[in-house]
Amino acid sequence: MSRRDWMLHLGLVALLLALHFVLPAYHHGNMARIMVLAVYAMGYNLAFGYSGLLSLGHAMFFAAGMYGTGLASLHLGWSAAPAWGLGLVCGAALALAVGALALRTAGVAFMIVTLMFSQAFYLAILYFGDLTHGDEGFVLPAATRQVAGLALGGEGIRYLVAWGLFSVCLIGSLWLVRHRFGRVLIAIRENAERAQLLGYDIRARKLVALVLSGTMSAAAGGAYGVLFGYAGASFAAVQYSIFPLLYVLLGGAGTMIGPFLGTLFMFYLIDIGTGITQAYMLLAGVALVLLTLFAPQGIAGELRRRIWSRLP
Amino acid sequence: MDFGPYLMLAMLEGAVLASVLALMASGLSLVFGVMRVVNVAHGEFYMLGAVLAWVVSTGLGGSPVVGFAAALVVAPLAVGLLAAAADATILKRLDHDPERVIVATIGLLYIVQQATLMGYGPEARPVTAPFNSRIALPWIEWGEGGPSLYYPWGLSITSYKLFVIAAAATLVAALRLFMARTRTGLIMRATQLDGDMATAFGIPVARVHAGVFGAGAALAALAGVLVVPIQQAHYLMGGEALLLSFIVVIIGGLGSLAGTVVAAILIGMSDGVISVFFSPTLAKILATLLVALVLVFRPQGLFGARDR
Repeated sequence: MSRRDWMLHLGLVALLLALHFVLPAYHHGNMARIMVLAVYAMGYNLAFGYSGLLSLGHAMFFAAGMYGTGLASLHLGWSAAPAWGLGLVCGAALALAVGALALRTAGVAFMIVTLMFSQAFYLAILYFGDLTHGDEGFVLPAATRQVAGLALGGEGIRYLVAWGLFSVCLIGSLWLVRHRFGRVLIAIRENAERAQLLGYDIRARKLVALVLSGTMSAAAGGAYGVLFGYAGASFAAVQYSIFPLLYVLLGGAGTMIGPFLGTLFMFYLIDIGTGITQAYMLLAGVALVLLTLFAPQGIAGELRRRIWSRLP
Repeated sequence: MDFGPYLMLAMLEGAVLASVLALMASGLSLVFGVMRVVNVAHGEFYMLGAVLAWVVSTGLGGSPVVGFAAALVVAPLAVGLLAAAADATILKRLDHDPERVIVATIGLLYIVQQATLMGYGPEARPVTAPFNSRIALPWIEWGEGGPSLYYPWGLSITSYKLFVIAAAATLVAALRLFMARTRTGLIMRATQLDGDMATAFGIPVARVHAGVFGAGAALAALAGVLVVPIQQAHYLMGGEALLLSFIVVIIGGLGSLAGTVVAAILIGMSDGVISVFFSPTLAKILATLLVALVLVFRPQGLFGARDR
């Protein structure tokens, strides 16, 4: 890994840490949310951007993490750390099961199969309303949202926890894609047949990638539940599967900082849009169309194409 | 009422859903078949059709028949032109790259939905059906004197619903004949098989694509117009319809019209029957899982060729 890569990514991590001390309260809260959502987007990018798996069902992994964490804290009274761990396990197990089935298909069929599984998961949350409180969702008990006596709901702690999770995931996935395993994934994305001829077990690799991606999405979902104190069925709906796709495509698929840039961009676009006009969806729509027209590789992709060809 | 009449009622309701779905999904399938792109905004074109039907029929006033007939012509035409324009201005510049088209059509979806919300409002509004007489249906009963007909209470369908079924069947059959027999259909199929070769033969591929995209949207709008007298027009109605027609198109086999029709009947019927007899949510969970599993073990769909 080159020094420039390290400087860019560690620089981003350091910048976000520095922002903790200077951001005004409102943006401070936003940024914590963006970092958690960016972890979700990075998880998605691992499957979509680096392995070429266009899933439309990642909301189920996000929600599995959120509900695994949330239900353990609501019904069992587990504290944040073990509950979050359970959320991770739920996400990984679900990704393994879904992946084992869905990876029999490819292309558009894969898209639809993941969408269907995710829809079934969403409906199941509604169906088991006694347990999950269905559509309304539930608030995680404040007593469980603690680690070592620190309340995670507090502004400062929340930001730092989100930052920690984001940094670990960013550096971890950077290491992963620069490692042999990641390079094989890219090879599979670019030319599956040739990768197979070289002797790689494509399906096993894709499965591992999907499980990692699902686990990271679950980590984001669980963290979202713990940090913001709420779990609801809307996080499992189709909309939440489309969000990471948009974040990644806008930011730049197959780049490391792309998902973060995309999340940041979308979040503030909608945030500022809501302030100016009721029609923020209109703005988001127009922005999407314009970006696909003029920056087909996404923000980071354009950077790579025009300025810095070795951007990871 | 016995089980039999209940089942028949459920199947009739299912048939109405199936015909609307078949029409809408044919549009999606046509666009995918010729252009190889997935149009995520398809549900919004359906919604626009329904909303325009309300606008046209209330704008005209007068008898419901005139208003509805006008809507049947105006709404698909307007939506088709809009979609063709969107293809010519946006999708063409993306070279119809599948992934970018998905994002662009998601953007289009947001734009259409928000514009409708601002122009039309959040209410759900009904359109009066041009005719709506209730037709009681007979059922066979084995009495003492052998089989005899009787009319159980509640077993009925409206003339309008029968019209929807007939109209959708006619339109889908016409579309199939059009693709198989006419020169325009031939050109479309040629563009699908080999765009470069078609260009070499002097076929204006860009115009064909805009036309196909418009035609697909017009079919969705038609389905929307047909559905408003049964189900009111609402700016969020596109989402579920899109999901259902996705399922239909994939189960049927991408780009296969015959498969689309069979799948629409399958999905419509099972939805009708399951939601009458079981818990709707549980029924939906099972149906979705089933669809997913069908695809896992037969990714090309029921009628799709292996190499797509």
